[in-house]
Amino acid sequence: MQSTLFHRMAVGLTSLMISGLATASDWAERSDHNLRPGVTAVAQEVHGLHNTVLWIVSIIGLLVFGLILISMIRHRRSKHPTPATFHENIFLEVLWTIIPFIILIAMAVPATRVLIELDDTADSELTVKVTGYRWRWGYEYLTYQDDNDVGVSFISSLATPPEQYENPVLSGGLFPYGTAKDRVGTPPQDKDHNYMLEVDNPLVIPSGQKVRFLVTSDDVIHSFWIPDFGGKKDAIPGFVNETWALVPEGEEGTYYGQCAELCGKNHAFMPIMVNVVTQDEFQDWLAQKKEEAAAAPDLTPFESLDAAMEVGEKVYASNCALCHGQNGEGGIGLPFAGDDFAIKPEHREEHIHVVLEGRNAMPAFKGQLTPKDIAAVITYERNAWGNDSGDLIQPEDVHEEE
Amino acid sequence: MSTVAAAHDDHDHHHAPTGLKRWLFSTNHKDIGTLYLWFSFAMFLAGGFMAMIIRAELIEPGMQFVDPEFFNQMTTVHGLTMVFGAVMPGFVGLANWLIPLMIGAPDMALPRMNNWSFWILPFAFTILLSSVLLSAFGHGNPSAPNFGWTFYAPLSTKYGPASTDLFILSVHMMGISSIMGAINVIVTVFNLRAPGMTLMKMPLFVWTWLITAFLLIAVMPVLAGAVTMMLTDRHFGTSFFDAAGGGDPVLFQHVFWFFGHPEVYIMILPAFGIVSAIIPTFARKQLFGYASMVYATASIALLSFVVWAHHMFTVGMPLAGTLFFMYMTMLISVPTGVKVFNWVATMWRGSMTFELPMKWAITFVILFTCGGLSGLMLAITPVDFQYHDTYFVVAHFHYVLVSGAVFTMFAAAYYWLPKWSGMMPNKVLGELHFWNSLISVNLLFFPMHFVGLAGMPRRYADYALQFADYNFWISIGGFWFGLSQLFFLAVCLQCALKKGEKAEAKPWDGAEGLEWEVPSPAPYHTFDTPPLVK
Repeated sequence: MQSTLFHRMAVGLTSLMISGLATASDWAERSDHNLRPGVTAVAQEVHGLHNTVLWIVSIIGLLVFGLILISMIRHRRSKHPTPATFHENIFLEVLWTIIPFIILIAMAVPATRVLIELDDTADSELTVKVTGYRWRWGYEYLTYQDDNDVGVSFISSLATPPEQYENPVLSGGLFPYGTAKDRVGTPPQDKDHNYMLEVDNPLVIPSGQKVRFLVTSDDVIHSFWIPDFGGKKDAIPGFVNETWALVPEGEEGTYYGQCAELCGKNHAFMPIMVNVVTQDEFQDWLAQKKEEAAAAPDLTPFESLDAAMEVGEKVYASNCALCHGQNGEGGIGLPFAGDDFAIKPEHREEHIHVVLEGRNAMPAFKGQLTPKDIAAVITYERNAWGNDSGDLIQPEDVHEEE
Repeated sequence: MSTVAAAHDDHDHHHAPTGLKRWLFSTNHKDIGTLYLWFSFAMFLAGGFMAMIIRAELIEPGMQFVDPEFFNQMTTVHGLTMVFGAVMPGFVGLANWLIPLMIGAPDMALPRMNNWSFWILPFAFTILLSSVLLSAFGHGNPSAPNFGWTFYAPLSTKYGPASTDLFILSVHMMGISSIMGAINVIVTVFNLRAPGMTLMKMPLFVWTWLITAFLLIAVMPVLAGAVTMMLTDRHFGTSFFDAAGGGDPVLFQHVFWFFGHPEVYIMILPAFGIVSAIIPTFARKQLFGYASMVYATASIALLSFVVWAHHMFTVGMPLAGTLFFMYMTMLISVPTGVKVFNWVATMWRGSMTFELPMKWAITFVILFTCGGLSGLMLAITPVDFQYHDTYFVVAHFHYVLVSGAVFTMFAAAYYWLPKWSGMMPNKVLGELHFWNSLISVNLLFFPMHFVGLAGMPRRYADYALQFADYNFWISIGGFWFGLSQLFFLAVCLQCALKKGEKAEAKPWDGAEGLEWEVPSPAPYHTFDTPPLVK
């Protein structure tokens, strides 16, 4: 705990008092107490619908609570010693069945209209396949305008460093374990403005064009949600869901979202970050990405074990450390440090195979990482933390397995 | 058989078994009711403790106390414990204690089955909670169930921890227990009513429980089916929920919520009955619209079978299906509204005093209505896409379950404790319990609406910075609410240990009903000869 409880309470109270006075511009930025107005037309309609419904239920609520309050004040025994004897009134009961019904119909009509609009994914200019993995998002650009085979794909993971979110105050006991263990008692780092929302490779989409998202998953159910685009759609393994967004021109910028369906340990650690850019910028970006993708996979062998280790360390930190521990001590995943699996030569092939294809809770990395990265990370796992297998895995070895 | 005659020579003064035997082999509805109630309270405290671990972790951004893996186990087991361990057994306990007294029956119709349906529960929860203890000492491995109380496949099937099998077994046992309890209620109500006690003369609590029992019998087997399918998926090579084998993960959600939605009404209908008993007593005025209360309860129960998919609007259902579930869900607010208006009309022009049960009951009407209104907002599908799986949902169902179901159980306890124990609950402790709970429950759950609307997803172990301020206050409210329940523990212990003021047969002057005709505490055997109901 960095700050004293008193300090936190003071901050909390102050923010509660001024939160009601937040300006509209702050709202679009980060709301802390109401639905955001949204940026797409549909999201704004949803926001309008939300406000309407909120007003209706608030008024109904206040009416009912007002009646209860009046009754409590006027009909308590000291004021009203003789109770009335009525106990039914057909007219009233019919009335308060019919009136809510009419209010419901008044709400159902606009709701139906917006729902039909949300459901219409036709005539999109860009199609992006969104895949949920535990615990990162994969984006694959399928079609853009007349190009039916864009072939650009990448993985997007949380960019907030563990130093910022692992602030254990207890050692031993129940937890923490894994990487957090080493940080017990170290003062937590300051958290960025985009803490828990920033990613390494953001999704990029053009403004002024309808983007269709095909949402699916590789393992468990995730949910793809960008509040400013209105609505969320579950990513279900084996099925493809559709949703869409059309960000108006002039609204370029960065939008954030988060996974909204419990998907396991790091459910909270797989945010979505979307850069909305102008169409020109998007075309440049896409052309550059296509060029990278067209290049054959880089299979140049590593010159030395150290060179592979250097690359592997980075890959390990961003892809493996979550489960296998920053120091290979294991966690959800298998421990590597001192484990036969990562040392004995008879497990070398199996090791490559598991990284490529996945096993149990471990995702398949073959679509997510290049052969070069996979080779580097396996080399790292088999030689770091005192493991002394001496194995140098080359990209070629991985490519053969694929 | 020769002992039977000997046991019957002392017919008017049964020497009830004492000590362990009295509780272990009990077939007496009052003792079994007491067991259920204490069990429910124990589980309430256990589940509350888990909620406090959750709130401690969320008091500020960053991971301070537990690992995200353990955090998920806490949210999961908190939900399971509260739903299956606290709320449901709590209401079954009230049913056991009160239904025979209210309808003038000597006991439940199937007393031995009654014993079994209680004694399954401690074992079921030992099995479930043992995995948490294993987890606590096992570095997260083997871990407790960590897939949320809704245990969606494939997270719970393909990716579930080893303890998922313990969880499946314990859910099966809870289901068996609930079904037997429900059968007991139905048979009792249909067969053991006193002469003259027609169905439309029964207290509303009996009515609501009768309808609840039908819901239980209808949907508990569905839950059993869901967990059985999970079991075969995990171990016997079936692919009900695995698309790779031709199955469908969404099927799980349909099956689960076909159980789950009626289940949430199972957890609130008995509460309606309790409030319908308490408000007339302290308003000294007959319940307004008795018949429409019965019809509304029945309509809610029927509608609850055709709204299950509103829990899964985001799974990508066809438009027509989505619209159907949206309209049906909105419809539920009509009968629910009727009930609320009826309670207000019961209070209207009454002659009210605000003893503890009435305080809880009025609080229920107001806060349950808040939860109901946010439920109406959630019914509007396009907006639900924004609310779904955020803290707005958490706020909604905690309003209807905590300040709905749990608060009515408190109301019931303060109202009937004199009858159960022969002691008046301590007023000072009771007031402390009430006011602390009232303020803290709102501090705990109301800001959840705000963080939910602002976009904080459910079941998150860590969150973005804009949610920090409210989460701090939510956590403070959480600890406060948790600690407030110790006052209630003191109240119960004081009544159980027979300390304080003795209660009369009818401690509340406005009370009506057969349960007030017998002495306080209610003798071990009541209504050996059925009373005549005019």
